Amino acid sequence: MAEWLGLFQRFLKDFILGAGTTLELTAVGLLMGFLLGLGLALAKTFGPKWLRAIATGYIELFRGTPLLVQLFLIYYGLPSLGITLSQTLSAYLALGLNSAAYQAEYLRGAIQAIGNSQMMAGRSIGLSRWQTIQHVILPQALRLALPSWSNEPISLLKTTAIVFLIAVQDLMAKAKRAATITYNPIGSYLAVAVVYLVLVFALDALLKWAERKTKIPGFEINTKRV
Amino acid sequence: MPKPILTIKKLTKKYGNNVIFHDIDLVVNEGDTIVVIGPGGTGKSTLLRCVILLTKPDGGEIWLDDLEITAKGADEDRVRQHIGMVFQNFLLFNHLTALENVKLGLTKVKHLPEAAAHEKALAELTRVGLADRADHYPGQLSGGQQQRVGIARALAMDPRVMLFDEPTSALDPELIGEVLEVMRNLSLEGMTMIVVTHEMGFAREVADRIVFMEKGSIVEEGTPDDLFYRPKYERTREFLWKITELYGKKEAKE
Repeated sequence: MAEWLGLFQRFLKDFILGAGTTLELTAVGLLMGFLLGLGLALAKTFGPKWLRAIATGYIELFRGTPLLVQLFLIYYGLPSLGITLSQTLSAYLALGLNSAAYQAEYLRGAIQAIGNSQMMAGRSIGLSRWQTIQHVILPQALRLALPSWSNEPISLLKTTAIVFLIAVQDLMAKAKRAATITYNPIGSYLAVAVVYLVLVFALDALLKWAERKTKIPGFEINTKRV
Repeated sequence: MPKPILTIKKLTKKYGNNVIFHDIDLVVNEGDTIVVIGPGGTGKSTLLRCVILLTKPDGGEIWLDDLEITAKGADEDRVRQHIGMVFQNFLLFNHLTALENVKLGLTKVKHLPEAAAHEKALAELTRVGLADRADHYPGQLSGGQQQRVGIARALAMDPRVMLFDEPTSALDPELIGEVLEVMRNLSLEGMTMIVVTHEMGFAREVADRIVFMEKGSIVEEGTPDDLFYRPKYERTREFLWKITELYGKKEAKE
């Protein structure tokens, strides 16, 4: 135990740096995924047929293939098309594009639950389609989606670990380094497991707080079709 | 000569091969309260949705004042501002307070400044007797109160015509009265209204004209006295008295 604590202490600075990178990857991937995912969800719900087809195709493609394959295609594959991205940029892109597909599905469910009848109500007072989406549907749909969507940040945080395979210096890469230096893989990986756990707990608390903060008294979703 | 606000000519709506209604002609004059009655599934609600352009008709024309609103290239969002609609299930914006529900159209559609919108929204809530509930969310209001907010939301846009789609059908019996009261006052103030309802008491007392629809067409149209006491068709008499009896019995039980 003392030996393990020693290892932890020795690499603490390294782990903190790695955790910072992991959090950055999570934040950027989540934000990119959210913006793109929201666009996909809206396209799939309100878009014309061809746009719905594109959105569906995108979601199927990115949910149907391993993230690691996507990451390698971006990092090792794109250069052959003349596009060379840095390791960090490749990681951001892969995580964001992949997360978008999952977030789109969380959001689409909520948007559809609110959709039709509230669209009618909004337009009945003269709001345009886009104004109704903006001021009526999204504020309700995002609240409705929040509890299930909260899985995504948590899941993404852990998923970022794969980027060490293209040598991004995240928490996982730091663990590997510690293991190589100390010849103590168990101790090293256990140490970062603890760090991941702490990050997940903190993130979870933040999400719960957000859920409480955005709650509206008596807000019930009227899913009745009209 | 009364001035027509809304003129419906030969209006037809189909879903695929299913004809919802066909060749509907209806003229609504300024200040009229028209009550539309008829069995379920005869296209009454769809008719209202066509009037406010939430559904596209397959044939015919609708004129609002001197403008054909069903014409190609008509500015639909603009037309909707001039027509108010009250829905059976209220359809309030559940994430906004009563006041914000009424205010949204004023700030986003009419582009009123914040203070003016606030004042106007509060005035509309006062009109339906809910000024003291301004800060409540829909989920904290009774069905009757929610529907009155729905009415205030539509009124705030100063519509030329108000459409009511079975406004009391989703309400508990003891809450129907407060909503009908608001509608009665509106009618007395001279608001032009088309009301789809089964409330025969309201129809008899408030309507200038009753329109009886069945199987997608207008069977008969006339004053309440005409339809209740001198109907041209046996079917009209039958329907009216059946509904009235049903309604009367419900009242007697309480």
